[in-house]
Amino acid sequence: MSMTPAEHRSKAFLAFIWSPTTAALLVLLLLGLALEGLLASGLADRSIVAAPSEMLQSLGRLFARDELGISFLITLAQALSATLMAMLIGLPFGYALFRYELLGRAYRGWLAAMFAAPLVLLYPLFLVVIGRNYGTTITMGVMTGMIPIALYTCEALHKVSPTLLKVGAAFNLTVKQRFRLIQVPAAVPDTFTGIRLGLIYALVNIIGIEFLIDFGGLGRVVSTMFFRYDIPGMYAAIFFIILISLLFLTILKRVERWLRPV
Amino acid sequence: MAQARIDPKIRRQVLTIQVLTPVVLIILWEFIARSGLLYEGVVPTTLEVVRAFWSEISSPALYHHYGITLMELFGGFIVATITGVVVGIALGSRPFASRVADPFLSSLATTPKIIFLPVVMLMFGIGPESKVALGALAGFFPIALSTMAGTLGVRPVLVNVGKVLNLSRWQMLTKIYLPSLVGPIIRGMRLGLGVTVIAILLGEIKLSNAGLGFLAIEYYNSFHIANMYSILIIIFLTALIINAAMSYISQRFDRS
Repeated sequence: MSMTPAEHRSKAFLAFIWSPTTAALLVLLLLGLALEGLLASGLADRSIVAAPSEMLQSLGRLFARDELGISFLITLAQALSATLMAMLIGLPFGYALFRYELLGRAYRGWLAAMFAAPLVLLYPLFLVVIGRNYGTTITMGVMTGMIPIALYTCEALHKVSPTLLKVGAAFNLTVKQRFRLIQVPAAVPDTFTGIRLGLIYALVNIIGIEFLIDFGGLGRVVSTMFFRYDIPGMYAAIFFIILISLLFLTILKRVERWLRPV
Repeated sequence: MAQARIDPKIRRQVLTIQVLTPVVLIILWEFIARSGLLYEGVVPTTLEVVRAFWSEISSPALYHHYGITLMELFGGFIVATITGVVVGIALGSRPFASRVADPFLSSLATTPKIIFLPVVMLMFGIGPESKVALGALAGFFPIALSTMAGTLGVRPVLVNVGKVLNLSRWQMLTKIYLPSLVGPIIRGMRLGLGVTVIAILLGEIKLSNAGLGFLAIEYYNSFHIANMYSILIIIFLTALIINAAMSYISQRFDRS
């Protein structure tokens, strides 16, 4: 039996109400209300935790007076330029690891080990050599972003289906044509996974170092609020960084899904 | 499955590249250190770094700071593992709950944990407790996400068999879920340990009164650069040993 448009609408509304997204928002709302209640009753200490309502008010203040918007753009510009540079190094390096067997065998294991290594701890070294400026933050972003890009590019080229390459050979394609028309398009989805990880690593490390050296964009705002003992402002800045992380993650995953049609 | 044998000639060439690379890097370092391109002392010679390294490992003060960092690390990692596994299984065994929690966990997992340092400091002060808390927070997400994904992937037939046999919740956990989750938990622990190390050391660098991170930044502030490099070497060697140990455990127990 077919449903009427009204039934369709009510079914869609019910599906929305019971969707995980709505439930997640509801959980967030309930947690916020519970925290407000705890603070109002004195069970939680306002010098340690900010009330969600105060935090949201502070968010507006941070945008108006503490240039949170500009700080975001500064961090974004650093993360994007670091990722661009990481791509300029990582993509050809990943290709070289694939193309030259000796290089691949010699360095792939090392790169994988570096991927797991706490490279961010090297920032005092760059602080000494480059100074307390954007050079240090961007260099750290490049270093941490370059490794997944190179590794995933190499993996992506290795994973290209041999059948596709045989088809190319059957069409008498030259090595350059095979690379341009078959290997590059087939490697795009996995290479993008590397670029996505590279961008996230660069962003995370740049914000972290900004916080540590009180310099730059979003990380500096958190540090400044902490040292001013502006608790609602500090929580608002942290909340904003979490939102930015969520936004980045969602956009990049959508692009990745679009590049990988099943 | 036997791995394809590598031609001994290629193996020799690979080894040559792997030996030559650090040699070239050290020569490059030495050249920069002696060239006068950078301010004096910014890049000390390798000999100065070796001397500083030796003086560090001969000093009892290092082991005091080392001990504090290790204590913070194991404290944070144990808390992260217990909470991560419990939350991961609790969410993974309820698919709707896992879909509700996923955006929170994923976005928090990709947020730089060091920005939570002020929060844990307000709660626990600047001592080791706040570093343990920060380490636990950092390690929790990879462990919880990996365990949750593993729990969601437990074969439904096993869960149904458990239900048919009327197993209690505890029995379901110990007889059905945990045996299937060894691989995901160990993989999560491996990732978690790495980020716990980073969070604890960065916390020590930012605001602390003890630990290897504190020592490194103290040397930086007093411009004892060779000593700072030697502490960084000690930190990386420690991370390398921890990673190797986790790799061994992973290979030994993760059969998936």
